[in-house]
Amino acid sequence: MYSEKVMDHFMNPRNVGEIENPDGVGQVGNAKCGDIMKIYLKIKDNVIVDIKFKTFGCGAAIATSSMATELVKGKTIDEALALTNKAVADALDGLPPIKMHCSVLAEEAIKAAIEDYKSKQLASSK
Amino acid sequence: MERRVYMDHAATTYTKKEVLEEMLPFFTEKYGNPSSVHSFGREARKAVDLARERTAKAFNASTDEIYFTGGGSEADNWAIKGIALANRQRGNHIITTSIEHHAVLHTCQYLEKMGFEVTYLPVDQYGLVDPEDVKRAITDRTILISVMFANNEIGTIQPVKEIGRIAREHGIYFHTDAVQAVGHLPIDVKDMNIDLLSLSAHKFYGPKGVGALYIKKGVKIHPFMHGGAQERNRRAGTENLPGIVGLGKAIELAHENLEESSRKLTAMRDRLISGIMERIDSVRLNGHPVKRLPGNVNLSFEYIEGESLLLSLDMKGIAASSGSACTSGSLDPSHVLLAIGLPHEIAHGSLRLTLGDDNTDEDVDYVLEVLPEIVQRLRNMSPLFAQDKGEKHYV
Ligand SMILES: Cc1ncc(COP(=O)(O)O)c(C=O)c1O
Ligand SMILES: [Zn+2]
Repeated sequence: MYSEKVMDHFMNPRNVGEIENPDGVGQVGNAKCGDIMKIYLKIKDNVIVDIKFKTFGCGAAIATSSMATELVKGKTIDEALALTNKAVADALDGLPPIKMHCSVLAEEAIKAAIEDYKSKQLASSK
Repeated sequence: MERRVYMDHAATTYTKKEVLEEMLPFFTEKYGNPSSVHSFGREARKAVDLARERTAKAFNASTDEIYFTGGGSEADNWAIKGIALANRQRGNHIITTSIEHHAVLHTCQYLEKMGFEVTYLPVDQYGLVDPEDVKRAITDRTILISVMFANNEIGTIQPVKEIGRIAREHGIYFHTDAVQAVGHLPIDVKDMNIDLLSLSAHKFYGPKGVGALYIKKGVKIHPFMHGGAQERNRRAGTENLPGIVGLGKAIELAHENLEESSRKLTAMRDRLISGIMERIDSVRLNGHPVKRLPGNVNLSFEYIEGESLLLSLDMKGIAASSGSACTSGSLDPSHVLLAIGLPHEIAHGSLRLTLGDDNTDEDVDYVLEVLPEIVQRLRNMSPLFAQDKGEKHYV
């Protein structure tokens, strides 16, 4: 059902964990629908210098979390905001159609974490 | 992969060697059509008759009450639609439960669209139906009560005899989906007042795609498949000869070994359950502790999701199943787990391990060895676990 790449990112996920004193945190999904993703960001000069995730969810949810964090690590905020769930799925050599909704969460979680960072920036600059 | 352990016997079983051996000649040598008058036909007819005898004997029915079908789903569809259509003038109300297999639930939902009324009884925290609820649901329009013998997900065994008695007292037909029970539990259709019973061969070491419906003599039911005169004009179509032969052999074997196999599986089951509970925190057993199918283990692991558990077990060679939404491809977790009152997030973290004749004590040891690491790894990845650490609570 899953590609080898999905299974690799599921069994050996990159960037799992938490960041102490993160610059941005985003959590999306809820336990009711089955997948929850939480993303922690460390940002320096508009660049994502570190990123970690924690995910409650299926194989696709964990693999897309892992791949999405890999894709945006070292990228600027604007580059990260341009990440689509399709790009994440493609990077994993595709996902079964019924699992595409799981990949949306990764995109949304990163956006939510960046939003959090931006709102904190705004608050501290006031 | 060093080891393969199959613990998904409720999904399907392998076909036993003795069963396969009896089936094989009916593909190549004894391939006659049971309806033909010549010797080839008579030979095939004899084999179908023997299978029918063996099936009837397994639960104290007579041979003319056994109708072979294309599996459990067909038997369920036939029982419910056949009774509904044949008894329309008497009433349009059906009583069933909220934890039935989809073969029953979706059939009932279909009948609702056709103008029938269906009551879906609730179950308690163990998945048990209260016979008093059955009694209360009966109206003067009720024509059928359909309650499964044992549940395929959580293994709970229903008070079938009591429900049968209530149905009999009210003159209402009683159907039971015994797909998970036949070959695993003692059944007596007379003693239990069962009017219709569904079974499926691949759940008791027979082949897939063949089953049977028991229809008590005198029950008013429409045929399901129209056509030739097979199955005494009630189920048309040339018989699945090798399949029926296999079903007959498998049911005979299963009922010969019932007590011994049940004792062995129950011991393994209970060791698996207690072993997991000892080794892993925040686990709950779904289903009833003792009114439970001998081979059924169903557990919910807090903070993790079932499919990732299944994939991880599969990487270790262990085949299991789960009631999580992501596994089934729908948005909701299993209707059975929700019906016993599990919150969504706990239902998502469910794991079903179903034991069978080919499992050994070493298989149980192996699962007990690898499962704790897998659960720990997934919990360490889970944002729910992090938030909850320190104040662990059980549900
Ligand atoms: C309780 C129950 N009813 C019905 C069925 C359907 O049986 P079959 O797969 O033979 O159609 C199954 C098994 O899948 C089952 O477990
Ligand atoms: Zn998912």
